Amino acid sequence: MSQTSAEIKVVSQGRVRTRGLVRIVRRHPLIVTGGGLLVILIIAALAAPLYAGDPMALDPFKRLQSPSPDMWFGSDNLGQDVFARTMYGARISLLVGLTAAVAAALGGLLIGVIAGYVGSFDRIVMRVLDGLMSIPTFLLAIALISLTGPGIVILIAAIVIPELPSVTRLVRSVVLSVRERPYVEAALCGGARLPKVLWRHILPTAIPPLMVQSANVCAGAILTEAGLSFLGAGMPPEIPSWGNMISSSRLYLPIAPVMLFAPGVFLAITVLAVNLLGDGLRDLFDPRSKRRR
Amino acid sequence: MGIYIFRRMVSAIVVMAMVGVFVFLLLRFAPGDPAAIIAGDNATPQMIAGIRERLGLNKPLPVQFMHWALSMLGGDFGSSIFTGRPVLQLLSQRLEPTVSLSILTWILSVTMGVSFGILAAWRAGGSIDRALTVFAAVGFSVPVFVVGYFLVYFFAISTRWLPVQGYQPIANGVGPWLVHLILPTAALSVPFIAFIARITRASMLEVLSEDYMRTAAAKGASPYAMLFHHALKNAGVPILTVVGLSFAYLISGVVLTETVFNVPGVGRLVVDAINSRDYPIIQSVLILTSGLYVLINLAVDLAYTLIDPRIRY
Repeated sequence: MSQTSAEIKVVSQGRVRTRGLVRIVRRHPLIVTGGGLLVILIIAALAAPLYAGDPMALDPFKRLQSPSPDMWFGSDNLGQDVFARTMYGARISLLVGLTAAVAAALGGLLIGVIAGYVGSFDRIVMRVLDGLMSIPTFLLAIALISLTGPGIVILIAAIVIPELPSVTRLVRSVVLSVRERPYVEAALCGGARLPKVLWRHILPTAIPPLMVQSANVCAGAILTEAGLSFLGAGMPPEIPSWGNMISSSRLYLPIAPVMLFAPGVFLAITVLAVNLLGDGLRDLFDPRSKRRR
Repeated sequence: MGIYIFRRMVSAIVVMAMVGVFVFLLLRFAPGDPAAIIAGDNATPQMIAGIRERLGLNKPLPVQFMHWALSMLGGDFGSSIFTGRPVLQLLSQRLEPTVSLSILTWILSVTMGVSFGILAAWRAGGSIDRALTVFAAVGFSVPVFVVGYFLVYFFAISTRWLPVQGYQPIANGVGPWLVHLILPTAALSVPFIAFIARITRASMLEVLSEDYMRTAAAKGASPYAMLFHHALKNAGVPILTVVGLSFAYLISGVVLTETVFNVPGVGRLVVDAINSRDYPIIQSVLILTSGLYVLINLAVDLAYTLIDPRIRY
């Protein structure tokens, strides 16, 4: 008797748990799909040495091979394993995307908060950002890189700088609206210092839209890095980044399409995952947008 | 109204001046000698000294800037390091393919994007709407150069229906010109169609839930009249804004698409300039496209008053 009741309990608990999970998936399908894909990609990128071969190993006798159980995506014109290179390529894209998103968020937060509080700084900075916003981002990144030469640090800087205006404007608008709220005035009257008000009241209000914006920056950064590398203005050519792989495989498109489509498809999936996550976060924080879309 | 146009123009000029300052400082604060960058890798010390003299690099920065800005306003954008020819001349030779590609892309993406958006909003939640949502998410995520190679592989290499790459000037006949531009235009349009369709759908849905739409339906207006006469007119402002803003995005797409399809346009000029470290060309394209962007958004702002008589300044 006691055994059956225990069984029932286990069963019902299991049901509750699955129901909870189903509910999360049903309520936030975009966050679950995008976030899930992104987590899988991050794990696959980090664990690449465990399951993929050496991405740099050359084998002149195995050039331009078709996909086989040995080499899932075949080999490229230098006899390198395309699967291994694609998996290692995820590291570059994710590193650039995540770093750019964090850097743009922190930079925008810093400039936006100062601009929101210091009027004289605000007037100058907003004019500068207006100008910066009118320069097409991709061309600005090309100009920055052509002045300094390729490299991952300058590449991330070249991606982040054009993104700063939009992030800064977002933070500034939050600061300007929140700092007039009665509870912020009350906190200041009550003797709270400005840094504490920023930390306790302004930052939490700015975080949700900032997360959505950071997802956009991340997706844009991944696309920009791939595009720049594709043009020969991004990563140094020997690095297995998806843009570099697509660039070096275009001559072999008629005979070895997998060599180009493998990094291309992974690139698209990664950007899609980040975009879905961003859309999901926006729906979560701004339920009005869900109804509209 | 006149005052508004005037003020809007003044602010456009201020923004353009900021762009100028920014691009100017970019070269001045780059690591290395600006004169050496302008002169190129194979320059002799005498050439570098000559350029330093011409740019006035020993004078204070504001004087240098005025000098630089005035020569650009006078139409002197410098000369290419690689060919030694004036940048403006090189640009004008490359303009036709780029303008053709851009205009065809605008036409295709606005017509397709707006129609998809209207269809999806009209039957919100239906199968067209779902298909569009998926297409919008995917289309906005696949890089244009990957789309380009997919199209090349399936429509040019496998089936041989269309040329793989290259360009034919319109002077050689509209047929060959159009045939060579079909794949580039299709590739470049994918993200724009996705983007415009999404915005159109959102702003149409907003308008369709207004009271006056219910009134129109109650008075027996046909679905056609409701969608196009009542709704689209009111949904026009956000759509127009997006079309203006997407210009910056169009430029990156043009550079990539021209590289995929080997179209000898401004984008190829920029890519060649990266590889030969030809900074004057990159700087000029940067300034000119920024100017064009400012002008387009000025035009969009002024066009609001035309499509929406309620907006008065």
